Amino acid sequence: MEALAAIGRPVLALLAVIGRVTIFSGPAIGSVVSPPIFLRQLGRQLIEIGFYSLPVVGLTALFTGMVLALQSYTGFARFNAESAIANVVVLSMCRELGPVMAGLMVAGRIGAAMAAELGTMRVTEQIDALTTLSTNPFKYLIAPRVLAAVLVMPPLVLIADVIGVMGGWLIGVTKLNFNASAYIQSTIEFVQFLDVFSGLVKAGVFGALIALIGCYCGFNSKGGARGVGAATTNAVVGASIMILLSDYLLTEMFFSK
Amino acid sequence: MSEAAKIRLSGVAKSFGSKNVLAGVDVEVAKGESLVIIGGSGSGKSVTLKCILGLLRPDAGQVFVDGVDVTRVRGRQREEFMSKIGMLFQGGALFDSLSVWRNVAFGLMQGKGLGAKEARELAIENLQAVGLGAEVAELFPSELSGGMQKRVGLARAIAAKPEIIFFDEPTTGLDPIMADVINNLIRACVARLGATAISITHDMASVRKIADKVAMLYEGKVIWHGPVADIDNSGNPYVDQFIHGRAEGPIGMRVRAA
Repeated sequence: MEALAAIGRPVLALLAVIGRVTIFSGPAIGSVVSPPIFLRQLGRQLIEIGFYSLPVVGLTALFTGMVLALQSYTGFARFNAESAIANVVVLSMCRELGPVMAGLMVAGRIGAAMAAELGTMRVTEQIDALTTLSTNPFKYLIAPRVLAAVLVMPPLVLIADVIGVMGGWLIGVTKLNFNASAYIQSTIEFVQFLDVFSGLVKAGVFGALIALIGCYCGFNSKGGARGVGAATTNAVVGASIMILLSDYLLTEMFFSK
Repeated sequence: MSEAAKIRLSGVAKSFGSKNVLAGVDVEVAKGESLVIIGGSGSGKSVTLKCILGLLRPDAGQVFVDGVDVTRVRGRQREEFMSKIGMLFQGGALFDSLSVWRNVAFGLMQGKGLGAKEARELAIENLQAVGLGAEVAELFPSELSGGMQKRVGLARAIAAKPEIIFFDEPTTGLDPIMADVINNLIRACVARLGATAISITHDMASVRKIADKVAMLYEGKVIWHGPVADIDNSGNPYVDQFIHGRAEGPIGMRVRAA
């Protein structure tokens, strides 16, 4: 019985957290769709999440595309299937690696920052101060973050897709002796609308998850510096797990026949 | 008197888990009066304040402000109540991403929709009211000393001309001179606005300066309530021990914080 209890306790704790995040998401999403919208805050978040994530997301995508081309070559060369490399790279980037890699990088960068900032505001009573100044903290703090993350992730992933394909092309042309224009030709011919579109939908969902989990962890942190530290860790771990989990579900939804 | 009370708490109780922090607090404050709630650490002062503000929801009891039970109101009515109040937080709770004048003008700009130019002028007026010059307006809170942060916090609390002001340990962490300056400012601001004030503190110098009435909390109940002039002859051993700061007496030390 002890062993069963040891399994049950963390499972119940996990379910409780999922429940609390879901309850938190109700008013959080509600505050996104109802006025007032704090444009200044929204603008700041758009720049923070979108623009400043470009270097790290771009670099990740570049190397992912390069590795992808290199690895698939070692495999495909055995079957004389080198010509499929361009297709593998563009498909993997657009469907999976673009959104997931960008999502994980943004979770680390932005989810952590949101949890730390809101957590510090919580423990220094700044969130209570907002309430006493007739400002709804959900509208002022959470709505701009969630909205900005959902808006900015799809374009970010689109850029990551392009850079990733470029990484594959770079390796293909310089190391694997592909014809530069033939590589691009076969990429464009092979990629379909749904491949890119499904990746962009994923990106939007990941953005929402990152912002909601980051805000939830920060908003509910307590216990000073240590609490803020724990909130930051939980935000990154929680968002990363939810990204991978929802990635599977979304793939199932789009491509299972 | 109970008809004229600006704020009236009736049987407010709150517990966290198995711990009863407030066990039925009854207290009332008349319009324009300054009540100071005293009590040791963990006696429930902050929780009382948060229950009045609606930051915490009491398990039982009511909080009446102008005759309306504010623990039950939602939406528009709640916003209306919030627009009547101002609060000075213990650590200042200034928004560190905003400059000083935007902090002071925050309630005016976000809450009341004032334009930036007008709000800035009002902010500087309010800064002057707490003895700060226009040159601090563009600074950020992290660039200010603790005493100046408290002043900015006070300027922010009074900027929207509230009917009720709350002060959470206004002098904690300040040197005695700055503490006295803050006490004087609080007195002056409350008098100028004709506001009703509730403060919590354990600084007796502050109590004597800013209080009209004093209520002492002990183990989640008000054990003494009266005019500040009577505090030295309260005849209550708990109050006596507290105001003289004696280690020996009926109040024992508690290890765990609330």
